[in-house]
Order: sequence, then C-alpha cells, then structure tokens
Amino acid sequence: MSAGLIYAATGCLLFVLGLGGVLLLKALLRRILAFNLMGSGAFLVLVGLAQRDGTPDPVPQAMVLTGIVVAVAATALALTLARRWHALTGREDIARVGDAGSRARRMANDRRKVGR
Amino acid sequence: MTSNQWLPLAVIASSLLPGLIIFALPEKRVALRTALNLAGALAKAGLVGLLIAGVAAGEEYGLRHAIAPGIEIVFKADALALLFVTLSAVLWLFTTLYAIGYLEHAPHRSRFFGFFSLCVTATMGIAMAGNLFTFFVFYELLTLATFPLVVHRGTPQAMRGGSIYLAYTLAGGAALLAGIVWLDHLAGPGEFTQGGLLAAIPGLDPLTLQLIFALLIAGVGVKAAIVPLHGWLPQAMVAPAPVSALLHAVAVVKAGAFGIVRIVYEIYGIEFAQSLGLLLPLAVIAAVTILWGSSRALFQNDLKKRLAFSTVSQVSYIVLGVALFGPLGTIGGLVHLVHQGIMKITLFFCAGNYAETLGIHKVSEMDGVGRRMPLTTLAFSIGALGMMGAPLTAGAVSKAWLSDGASAAGMDWAIWVLWGSSLLNAAYFLPILHRAWLKLPPPDWPHEEIHPVGRRETAWLLLLPPLFTAVLTVAVALFADSSFSPLAWVRLIAEREYPNISP
Amino acid sequence: MTPLLDPLAWLILLPLLWATLAFLAADRHGPMLALAGIGGQLLCVIALAGDVASHGSIGHLAGGWAEPLGIRLVADGLSLVMLLLTQGVALTLALYARSYFSQATPPAFWPLTGFLLAGMNALFLSGDLFNLYVTLELVGLAAVGLVAAGGGAAQIAAALRYLLATLVGSGAYLFGVALIYGSYGTVSASLLGSLITSEAPLAVWLAGGLMLTGLLLKTALLPFHFWLPPAHGGAPAPVSALLSALVVKASFYLFLRLWLGPFAALSEALPALAQVPAALGATAILWGSWRAIRADRLKMLVAYSTVAQLGYLFLIFPLLGTGALALQAGILQATAHGLAKAAMFVAAGTLIKVGGSDRVLGVAGAAAHLPVSLFAFALAGVTLMGLPPSGGFLAKWLLIDAALAAGQPWIVVVALSGGLLAGIYVFRVLRLAFRRPTTHDDVPLPQRPAALLEWTAFALAAGSVLIGLGAAPLLALIAGVQP
Repeated sequence: MSAGLIYAATGCLLFVLGLGGVLLLKALLRRILAFNLMGSGAFLVLVGLAQRDGTPDPVPQAMVLTGIVVAVAATALALTLARRWHALTGREDIARVGDAGSRARRMANDRRKVGR
Repeated sequence: MTSNQWLPLAVIASSLLPGLIIFALPEKRVALRTALNLAGALAKAGLVGLLIAGVAAGEEYGLRHAIAPGIEIVFKADALALLFVTLSAVLWLFTTLYAIGYLEHAPHRSRFFGFFSLCVTATMGIAMAGNLFTFFVFYELLTLATFPLVVHRGTPQAMRGGSIYLAYTLAGGAALLAGIVWLDHLAGPGEFTQGGLLAAIPGLDPLTLQLIFALLIAGVGVKAAIVPLHGWLPQAMVAPAPVSALLHAVAVVKAGAFGIVRIVYEIYGIEFAQSLGLLLPLAVIAAVTILWGSSRALFQNDLKKRLAFSTVSQVSYIVLGVALFGPLGTIGGLVHLVHQGIMKITLFFCAGNYAETLGIHKVSEMDGVGRRMPLTTLAFSIGALGMMGAPLTAGAVSKAWLSDGASAAGMDWAIWVLWGSSLLNAAYFLPILHRAWLKLPPPDWPHEEIHPVGRRETAWLLLLPPLFTAVLTVAVALFADSSFSPLAWVRLIAEREYPNISP
Repeated sequence: MTPLLDPLAWLILLPLLWATLAFLAADRHGPMLALAGIGGQLLCVIALAGDVASHGSIGHLAGGWAEPLGIRLVADGLSLVMLLLTQGVALTLALYARSYFSQATPPAFWPLTGFLLAGMNALFLSGDLFNLYVTLELVGLAAVGLVAAGGGAAQIAAALRYLLATLVGSGAYLFGVALIYGSYGTVSASLLGSLITSEAPLAVWLAGGLMLTGLLLKTALLPFHFWLPPAHGGAPAPVSALLSALVVKASFYLFLRLWLGPFAALSEALPALAQVPAALGATAILWGSWRAIRADRLKMLVAYSTVAQLGYLFLIFPLLGTGALALQAGILQATAHGLAKAAMFVAAGTLIKVGGSDRVLGVAGAAAHLPVSLFAFALAGVTLMGLPPSGGFLAKWLLIDAALAAGQPWIVVVALSGGLLAGIYVFRVLRLAFRRPTTHDDVPLPQRPAALLEWTAFALAAGSVLIGLGAAPLLALIAGVQP
C-alpha cells in the first residue's frame, strides 16, 4: 500500500468518525469539532488519492486550502451561534426536533403569547 | 386581429374588466359600482347579439393562443357555445339587477360583485372553449370564483356549505384533469370537433376510452349534480339568493351539463359513443338522478332546499336528452338547458323575495303568502307549473321533445321516468301553491323587513326580475315555433350535429 | 465581448460588491444598495438571456486563466431560468423587506442577502464540482446567518440545526468530490460526463451516492426535511421567503445537473435508482401536506407546504427518459413554486404583523381588512394546488403527460392527490379569512399596512399565475438544454 492510499484510508476513517460525531453527539462544541474532523478527513482523501505517482499534484492542494478557509468560516459561525445559544438559554446542546422537551417548551411559549 | 377574433374576447372582457375594477372600488362607491355592473351586463348582451347574428349567417368566430408546445387556449363561438352564452348573458343581466336590490345594505359588496363578475367570465370561457384544455381552465376558475360567494355570509353554515362545495368540485376537477391529460396523451389536443374528435381516430383501445369517459363524466358530473355526486348542491343553498340563482341557473350546474354535451357530441361523437356502449349507462344514471332528486325534494321543508333537490332532478333532463341517441332527444336536452335556467331562476328569485321581504324560509310558513305578495307568488306559480311540464310553459316543450326522443331512440322506459318525475314535481310544488293561494295568512309574518307601498309588495329591483323571467317562461313556449326561440336555435345545432338525419 | 463587461462575471461580482458596501455602511444605506445592486443583476441576466437564446450555451474563464486552475463559468437555458427567478424574486423581496423592516433591520440582513445571492448566482454558473462546493457553502452559511438574524432563542436553535444539517450535506458532497478527483483527476462537470461510464469503479458509485445524498439533505427532501420547518417557519418573513423560494432550489438545481451530467451513466446503468428520489418525493408530498393541514401556526403551515412542494421536483427523475417534457415540468414547478412560496410567506408575514397573532386562527376575518394580502395568499395557493391557469397547473399537466408517456401512472395519482391535499391546507386559511370576525365592534380595526407590503406579495403571486399563460419562451429555453 502506497503512502497516498494510507492517507486516503485514514481520511475515510476520520470522515466516518466525524460524521458519526455530528449525528450522534449531544454537546454542541463536540459536534462542531466533529464537523472539523469530517472536513479534515475529506481533505486527506483529496491530497492522498491525487498522489498516486509520487509527484504532488498542485490542484488538490489549492482545493484543500480553499476548503480550509471555508471550514474556518463555518466553524466561526457555528461557534458564534453556540455562544449565543448558551447566553440565551444556558444550555450546551440543542434538543432534537420532535423531542418531548422542545414540544412542551413550544407550547409554553405559545401560551405565553396568547396570554399577552 | 379581425372582428371574428376579437368578438369572443370582447364578450369575456365585458364581465372581466368591470369585475376587476369593482374589486378595487371602495365599499361606498355604490353608484359607480352599479353603473359598472349594468354597463358590463348590457355590453355583453349587445355583443352576444352581434355574435348570434353572425353565427346564424354562417360566420365563424374563434381565436387561439399557444401557451406551450401542443397546449393552446382556443375560443370558438359556434352555435352550441352561443346557446349557453346567450342564456348566461341574459340571466346575468337579471341576476345583477336582482343582486343590486338584494344586497342593498349588506357589507362587502365590492368583493361580492367582483367575484360575481368573475363567475360569469368563467362561464363565458366554458361556453366558448374550443378544446378540453380551455374548458378545464375556465371550469376550475368557476370553482374558485364561486367559493367566496357561497361563503359570503361568513356564518358557520355558510362555511360548512363552502367546504363541502370545494371538496366535491376540487375532487371532480382532479378526475377531469386526469381524463383530459390521458386523452391528450392518446389522441392529441382535445379539440371540440363536430361529429366527434375520437370518432375520426382509428385504432384506439375501447376499454381505455370507456375509462376516460368515466373520468371525464365524473369530473363534469360533479357540477351537473349527478347522483351520487350531487351532495354539495343542497348544502350550498345557504348562499344569498342571487348566488343560488347563479349556481342553479346561470353558471355552475349548467357548466357541468354543458360539459357533458361537449364531451359526448364533440369529443366522442354521438355515434361513436353509442358504438362504445356509453349512452345507455349515461341514460340510466340520468334517470336515477331525475327520480332521486324529485323524491328527495318531496320531504324538504326548507324552501331553498326543496328547490335545490328539484335542480338535481331537472338538470339530469339535459343529460338524459344527450344520452338519447337521435336528434329529437338532443333537441329536448339542449332546449331544456335554456328552459330549466329560466324557470329555476324565477323560483330562486321568488324564494329570495319571500326571505328578504317577510323572513319566510320554510314551506310551512308560506300560508297565505299569495295575498300579501301576489305578483311574486304568480311568478313562482308559473315557474313551478313549468317544472311540472304544464301546457303553455317552457317545461312542456322540453318534455315533449324528450319523450319523442326517448321513443325514437327505442328507450320507452325513459318516458315513464319523465312521467314519474312530473308526478313527483306536482307532489312537491302543488302543496306550496295550495298554501300560498288558498290558506289564510297568519297574523304576523316571521320577520317582515320590507313593507308594501301601494301595489308594490316589495322593492322594485326584487320584484321585476322574477316577473320578467316568468314572462319568458311562457313566451319561449308560446313562440316556440318562431325563428327567434331557443327551440329554433337548438334545431339549428341538431342539424349541424346530425348532418345525415333531419329532425 | 471584453471580459470587463461580461454579464456572467458581474452576476457574481455585483452582489459581492454591494454586500460589502452594505456591511461597511452598517445598514444605513442597505436597502438602497440592495435595490440598486439587484436591479443591476437583473439587467445582467436580461443581457445574458439574448446570448443564451441564440447560442444555447455560453462560457467565460474568470480572469483569463485556463482550466484546471482557472474558474470556468457557463450559462445555458437551465441556469438562465434559475438566474432570472432568483433576481426577480430577490428584487421584489428587497422592496418588501425595506418596508417590513422599516423600524429595525436585523443585524447584517442586507450584507447576508448580498452574499447569499452571490453564492446562488455562482452556483448556477459554475461548471466544476469543487467550485460548486464553495458556492454551496457560501449559500448555506449566508442562509444560516439570515435564519439567526431574528436573534431569539428559537431562531438560534433553528439556525444551529440548519447549520449542522447543511454542513453534513456539504461535507458529504466534498468527500464525494475528493473521490471523483482521485479517480479521474478532474472536477470539470462537462469532462466527467464523458469519463464516467457504467463500468465506473465502486469509489465513483460511492462518490455519486454521497454527493447526491448530501444535496438531498440540503434540499430538505423527506426524510431529511427535519431542519426546514423550524428554520423557514421561524425566520422573519422576508428571510423565510428567500429561503423557501430560492435557497432550497439551488441544491435541487445542482442535484438535477449532476444527475443529468456527470452521473448520467450511473443512473442509466441502474434505472431503478431513479425511483428512489421519486418515491421520497411522493412521500414528502403526502407527509408535508398532512403536517401543513395539521399545523397550528401560519408560517409553519407555509413551511410544511414547502416540504410537500419540493416533493414534486423529485417526481420527474424516473420520467427524464421521455425527452424534454419531464425536465420542463420540473423547472416550471420550481419557478412557479418559487414565486408562489415567496408570495405566500410575505403575505403571511403581513397578516401576522397586522393581525398580531402568528396562529392560523389569527387569520379569521382578514378578508375584510387585508384583502390584497389575502388575495395574494389565495393566488399563490392556486399555484400550489396546481389549478389553472397558474404555472403550477401547467407544470402538473406536463408532469402527468410525461408520467403517462413513461408508463408510470402512480405518479399521476400522487400529483393529483397532492393538489387536493394542498387544497385542504390552502382553503383552511382562506375559509377562516372569510369567517365573520368573532370580536365585537368596539375593537378597533388594525392599522392598514404600508401599500408596498401588500402589493409586493400580490405581484409575486400574480407572477406565479401568469407564468402559466406565458410559459412558451421558458419551456423553449429548457428544451434547448444539452445535459
């Protein structure tokens, strides 16, 4: 197995780990980190697979650079929103849609509005 | 653009434009709104007069506009279209006058008359549609434009009636659309063709055509209130009286019946439909509807509900006429399209007058009403006698041609259906006449709103329209053989649909 | 044409430019900048329309750099229709938003809108898979920012959920791009169309699956719709309209492009594959309509209606073999729904703003005091129900025709019953609006809203209906598309 393929395989593994993290974890911060793991996995595959002949290909390098910039922006936005969420509710996770908790809260909100 | 192209458009615009302007008018501009309504109705009547003269002289009016490859909006003002156009234009004029009087102090009149004009616009489109696509466009527009009128009063009953109306008509529309696109897929654009579009195309699968026929008839049958698709009509009677007139005589049920006429004669072709075995089931359904509607009417105490079931029954006379193979039945059915409209609108105008003037809604409250409102009751009596098919009324003419058509088509059982229905009609109308003329009036009316002034038993605008249509009911029968009667026009149509057989 | 005047480049540069200026001006001149900018974009699209109509497809190399390092922009009939829809709806919504936010504009509303439009235009014009990834992210991040602009806890939660969904979607897409580049050494969509064959290695099938699934997640096709109703239903009305009318269409457009272009060989090798999006679409129509029928709040009703209407777009995939018909049906539906849904959301916004209640029941009696907004809502409803003469009707007609031609009658049944279900939720609102208000006469009637709020909604709704009567040029443009 060439070095490139090892990188690619590691990238796949990281991607799956990250994906699992985003979908399964509860804490927002962990989910944001997991998303970064996903992105890194994809970047690793991109450079890894393109290195088959041992000569580096400049195109995927450029792509990964661009991708990193995008990922940084996304992470910044996610962190801002998470902080704002924490400041508003004091919580570190968001309930999943359809949770009993969130429905009860929604109904309480509605009742408050009607009361006004 | 030649005049033969713009005349049909002008007929449509003569109600569309006033309608759109009326929507934008503030509620208090009564005079301007009334002027617009009347100007539109009169202009339409004049334009229709021009069309009639042209078509009688053999001119062809029409227009097409492609909106997508293979999909065209086509207008065609042929003799059959004009039958319906004329009926609606004339009755619209009366209904507009009546509605102006009826809604004198009601709220939201701009909205009401706006949708009212849209309804008539849609009806004109249905009448002059030259293919199934155009027909469908205006057919659904009619559904949408009538809904706000049915729920106009905003009461819980009106809401219920409106919902039921929509449930039936939208579902019917879906069936119709399925049928139309299927047909379009098999045989190209569903152009209305004299002698039948499908009759001229060889190699179509009969079973598929029968299925499509069922879909199409179910679609238009909802508006024509064929049993078992009639449930909405008695519920929709909660609407104000001018709307009932619109539903029962001018637009909605007529649009359904007219659709059946177009589909049988000009999509399938009467002979082709006969060879596919489609006419007998249609005749049976019509017969069942005739008897069912009449027998349900017998047990209604609510006057408008009784009239509504009577409509269910009477509209199927038209369907029965269509299903009787041969020119005589065709003439009977088509002439009843006009005659039923004139008679039923008279009855609904009168029912509206009783309700507005005295607060009478039920048959049991009508004791002696003939003494308090003789002219209205006279008009009502003429309409009712016409429905029974009494001599010298429009109803008698229709029934005579239908009976002849039935025996010519070898369906003698249909004559018995017609006789049975006449008996039932008598059974539910004669007790009303008996109460109204011969019983003593009660000391107090349920809710007397309009007090008599001299010989004027109610407001002029409420009184004149039913008197006019009552006179028409008799006139179309007395002058049936003149060359300007609906009957003469219908014979012209029948000659064109059956070029080989002279009636 | 000199590169400086090329409308293709300006369609991306202009929104970036005015968005940056709006950001620097700190919202003071936001509305004017936006209106001028979007107006300019609309002119660019119109300039482009003539070229595309005569040449079929035109391209542009940004900065004169050749591929693979250079960025190639292409426009054909399909992208032109989407561009036209985007600028047209955005311009009307900008007018609405200017009036809607007359007191306080949410922070960064105008700059984010500009970046969103830049991302969308770039998405419609990009011809390589990696650039498309960047545009997808730009659209996604700007949209999330807009959802959060409301600032309340519910909106932040909706934005976070939306962000995670969109990031997973674009992550999957990026992973697919990596696999494709690893297999073929190019990301050009047009080159890949001829490179990928039915004997493609497993990695390419995996890439296709990941990219398309990622896009479904972003388009909120059932079962990935969970993020849409809170995000679209909770945002301020102009944002909801922008997201529901346009943003979800962008990822659908990309799905369609990939399906017809690079992955055409894969879907032809396994025709049953096309039934998957169609089956999901059919379920979405039924489920979304059901939730809309049951919805308690007005904007949730409209948002669930989006879930349902997006389903129609995916019904076309098993029918694409029948020539241009199915593609025309899909794009016409996307266009008509875009106009109608924008109209419906802004009309709902006005009804809620004036009526003071965000519940469906709050509409009661609105026919009397908000006739124009209600009429706009009703006209938009006509399009959603697919009744004539609206664009939605023509789309449904073409869809049924294509389904009959392809021998897939079940799609006919789904399309027709979807229209009836839409009738139930649309008339649920209209019926209430006609109800006599239960309040007593001494309650003062609510103040009339600014005319602009009502008439922008009306213009959008009227557009969605009239497009049914004037669809011929649009359909001709789509028929000329070479995948």
